[in-house]
Amino acid sequence: MTTIDQTAPGSAAAATPPRFQALRKFAREFARTPTAMAGLAILIAITVLALTAPLFIHASDLNVVNAPGQPIAPPSARFPLGTDYAGRSIVPLLIWGTRPSLAIGVISTALTMVLGSAIGLLAGHYGGITSRLLMALTDWFIALPTLPLAIGLAAVLGQGDASITIAIAVTSWPGTARLIRAQTLAVEARPFIERAKALGARDGQLMVRQVLPNVAPFILVSATLTVAGSILSAATLQFLGLGNPTDVSWGSMINQAFFQGAVSAGAWWYILPPGIAILVVVLGFTLVGRAVENILNPRMAR
Amino acid sequence: MSSTSAPLSAGSLSALEAPSTDGASGARDFAHYLVRKVAAAIVSFALLLVLGFIIFSLMPSNPVEALTRGHPTSAKQIAFLTKQLGLNQPVWERFGHFVLNTLQGHLGYSWQFEEPVATLVIQRLWPTLLLMGSSTIVSILLGMWLGIRSGWRPGKLLDRTSTGTAIAFWSVPTYWLGILLLVLFSTGFGPIPPLFPAGGMSTPGAVGGLAPSHILDVARHLVLPCLTLVLVVFAQYQMIMRSSMIDELGNPYLLTARAKGLRDAEVRQKHAVPNALLPSVTLIFLQVGTMISGAITVETVYSWPGLGYLTFQALNIPDLPLLEGTFIIFSASVIVFNLLADLAYRYLDPRVRRS
Repeated sequence: MTTIDQTAPGSAAAATPPRFQALRKFAREFARTPTAMAGLAILIAITVLALTAPLFIHASDLNVVNAPGQPIAPPSARFPLGTDYAGRSIVPLLIWGTRPSLAIGVISTALTMVLGSAIGLLAGHYGGITSRLLMALTDWFIALPTLPLAIGLAAVLGQGDASITIAIAVTSWPGTARLIRAQTLAVEARPFIERAKALGARDGQLMVRQVLPNVAPFILVSATLTVAGSILSAATLQFLGLGNPTDVSWGSMINQAFFQGAVSAGAWWYILPPGIAILVVVLGFTLVGRAVENILNPRMAR
Repeated sequence: MSSTSAPLSAGSLSALEAPSTDGASGARDFAHYLVRKVAAAIVSFALLLVLGFIIFSLMPSNPVEALTRGHPTSAKQIAFLTKQLGLNQPVWERFGHFVLNTLQGHLGYSWQFEEPVATLVIQRLWPTLLLMGSSTIVSILLGMWLGIRSGWRPGKLLDRTSTGTAIAFWSVPTYWLGILLLVLFSTGFGPIPPLFPAGGMSTPGAVGGLAPSHILDVARHLVLPCLTLVLVVFAQYQMIMRSSMIDELGNPYLLTARAKGLRDAEVRQKHAVPNALLPSVTLIFLQVGTMISGAITVETVYSWPGLGYLTFQALNIPDLPLLEGTFIIFSASVIVFNLLADLAYRYLDPRVRRS
């Protein structure tokens, strides 16, 4: 009976104090890791900035037409980070750029997790031919070079955030699938699965109610690290000109800086900020992901 | 790291199970292994063709529309293009044609260059090989050197600084680093004189061929793109080498070596490194995919006339046959390198090689 209590939706936490304890222990260890807290601080700051950006940035700040300054002008009192090729101030562009980066990063990661976990769970739960076919497909996908595949997909689907998101999700699920399959195998070897089977649990129930909650922490780790990779990939695709042409993103800022003469002008104020922004966000996710990985499974991250 | 090393440990386990292979059956085993691996590579390639066909031939709603965008086109011209592209045939027939053509080296016809894709790819192959080859060699040497030393003393100053640097460079977008180096070293930024050319592979109008001046010219053009790739990629090799060094640390044979009175450097270089190299070598082959991604953006930044820059140029219309061609070439080369990695592992592991 305990297994059923343990996983009944809603009452899960209340019925099993050990879970709460585990969570508290996790939070304590997390708070004790300085790099993890630094990463978390970065992520909170960036998220707040992204959510509140529309409150202090107006459409006129982002409009290419009637921009207030000279094109590619160095930093001044009015434009703290100078202006871009159209004469817009860099600062609001930079802040606005957090939005597409986070959105694409988080949404494509969610898709990746759904796809990867589903395939990993199925491959781990059903042995035999299903597992072998799914894992062969996964290994084959892992071997494919991701960027050419993502470029092809995004080019065929057309410029825009949706196609970039899909292209990233389609190319980044295999790592998650492998991880989740391995963890599914480990969980299914434990006695409570046998108990659930003896009580008549069907395959679907076993996977969703017994295995999934137990592999969830690994999905979380994988997700944090995948967001970092997704944001980098999104910026790469935007740099190559596959981003939404009417929106402002860090990748497209670098694209415009590069192709509109910032290099020959030596316009460091135009080139540096978007790259540093990408670096900081990716670092934030990587630090948090690594710390979570270390706490949940010290053997995994060395 | 642990997930990538899993198949290798499985491989070495199976090698241990059969320690008494005599010459003949060992050779037979190897032939068996070779056939299996080559067959797997062929299946991978077949799947690759299917994927390429799905993405570039089935997914685009109307290639004729993409091709004629911005040009006034009559119904007759559209019908002609549809027929020329074979779009009026059933899917299976189109796929059959596509497979036959690809196997014969016909990769289609570029829409913007109006040349066969295969010709373009062959023209651009050698610059990419030069760039990727040189940067891979430098990254391997640098990454191995750092990895061996940081893995030997994990947690010490060298390990912490070099691992930190590695993670930082991993978070940097490759092309952005390339643009920074370009601004710093080729435009005359501040007090730094323009040391290297801004792009291309040689000075326009210069004498080609194998003249020493030409080789020097190409080398000067190569420095910045190569440096960019090395800075981003060496970290991967370092992490691989570091982690396999750490795996060796606790082993009793190192204690024996120390007990014999060998100096620390000797224990490291003569005992730990050869064992740590084994799993690293195969993983190094598997980094080719990462190199390709780097090459696409770096070649774009430095207008290096290789396959990566060709991919970027193909995004213009988008030129789907050209994109398809570069995609297939890149992916096929990864399949080949994975096969080489499997064979190299089999060859390098003395427990397996005995025959």
